[in-house]
Amino acid sequence: MAMINDRALTAPTPNPETEVFFEAAEDGTLLIGRCLTTGKAFFFPRALSPFTLTDNVEWVEASGRGTIYTFSHMARAPEPFVIAYVELEEGPKMLTNIVDCDAETLKIGMAVNLVFKPSEDGPPIPMFTPA
Amino acid sequence: MTINGEAYIVGAFEHPTRKAPDKSLAQLHAECAAGAIADAGISKDDIDGYFCGGDSPGGVSSMADYMNLNLRHMDSTDAGGCSPLAHVSHAAQAIAAGKCNVALVTLAGRPRSEGLAIGTTPRLRDPLQPDAQFEFPMSLTTANGYAMVAARHMHEFGTTSEQLAWIKVAASHHAQHNPNAVLPKVVTVEDVVNSPIVASPLHRLDCCVISDGGGALIVTKPEIAKSLNRPLVKILGSGEAIKHQSGGYFDLTFSAAAAAGKAAFAEAGVTPADIKYASIYDSFTITVLVQIEDLGFCEKGKGGAFVADGNLISGVGKFPFNTDGGGLCNNHPANRGGMTKVIEAVRQLRGEAHPKVQVANCDIALAHGTGLQLGARHGGATLIMERE
Repeated sequence: MAMINDRALTAPTPNPETEVFFEAAEDGTLLIGRCLTTGKAFFFPRALSPFTLTDNVEWVEASGRGTIYTFSHMARAPEPFVIAYVELEEGPKMLTNIVDCDAETLKIGMAVNLVFKPSEDGPPIPMFTPA
Repeated sequence: MTINGEAYIVGAFEHPTRKAPDKSLAQLHAECAAGAIADAGISKDDIDGYFCGGDSPGGVSSMADYMNLNLRHMDSTDAGGCSPLAHVSHAAQAIAAGKCNVALVTLAGRPRSEGLAIGTTPRLRDPLQPDAQFEFPMSLTTANGYAMVAARHMHEFGTTSEQLAWIKVAASHHAQHNPNAVLPKVVTVEDVVNSPIVASPLHRLDCCVISDGGGALIVTKPEIAKSLNRPLVKILGSGEAIKHQSGGYFDLTFSAAAAAGKAAFAEAGVTPADIKYASIYDSFTITVLVQIEDLGFCEKGKGGAFVADGNLISGVGKFPFNTDGGGLCNNHPANRGGMTKVIEAVRQLRGEAHPKVQVANCDIALAHGTGLQLGARHGGATLIMERE
């Protein structure tokens, strides 16, 4: 067993481009970007589409469902954690952590669901836990 | 415009130190420069172009001032550890365009003396970089980013920890002949896979060393190169690429080496089969494996079998790599392995590598670097050189 417990998370510093994302996080919502020209979702979100470099984009709420694309268990960190890329149901992969789990049971391809974890004096952080 | 045949590496120097608490960073850069100048047999005042990356204190202007250089061309491209390979390419381009005649490239750092736990501690390079607010709270470190590449490669292709371990084993076989190597002891596959996990699936011995030191290179035009009493190492081709997350659609099993290598081979007019010796960036064992595949030395996904059973050991296998012991065992100054990759390739082409690891008839060599974070966004730069 290698249970992953909550750990201290450095608070991000929202800027004018991303404050919508972190405001939504306060409400438990994961927002991602969507390019209105190509129809493709993207992550991390940004004001200009990474596919067209135009502002023809919108924020969309992610379903919160995804699968583990890859991960690494940091068992020797002062507060052990699992870093991962999760492939979101909407398509893009996002860098995140897998939490509330036994790290030894994790497998690539495993279904995971969104969960927010508090940061230190900042907005909550979108992470994932086995479905 | 091509750089093929337009420039030569005439000076190469690797600082012998691996721990320098008694030296300043600027001093290390300058000592490296002096070493390369002496190796080339030129004068400091012949230098009219200077190239350095983010490891230089104060950048081009401060280091030009410290070394009292009189410059008409400069470049401080920074893409992490691959920067010196890009600098050599940019120097060759500048020389071909007549912007300078004699280019100096330096790299130095003292992470060992400064106690930087670079691999396992999250570092915020620039709080304004656009990914920072999404990624920094996740604690992406150097080690776990590369580890995620290894995990995915294992998942897709069945690559094993034992196969990765062979890369360290080969590097250690070379390092035993290098009196300056940080880790001169030969290790076994068992030693590697039994060392503690740093970031699963990578073990402590899958990682490179942390060392102080540096190196420098002198690049010049053909007329000057041929006037010097040094073996002629001609630059045949180069390539650069940045690979990143592409909006969230990416495949972690390949690297920027795929594009950089392709461009370098095209410019050089040679193929992977022509390469007698290769310096392959080795921040971690997985870095080597992915780049060997991407550069075309074996098929994608077959790197595990390719590196196993001593195939990377000079005199034993078919693909001698990093004969100085590489970053894995010898030296990884400034946490950037690109400089030492070029230097060992130059030694091999000159026939100046250690006799125990010198590759016979080494006429064409390749050096490739990967900079920054393989698991998120990184640079790749390739150089192909020929002994003339």
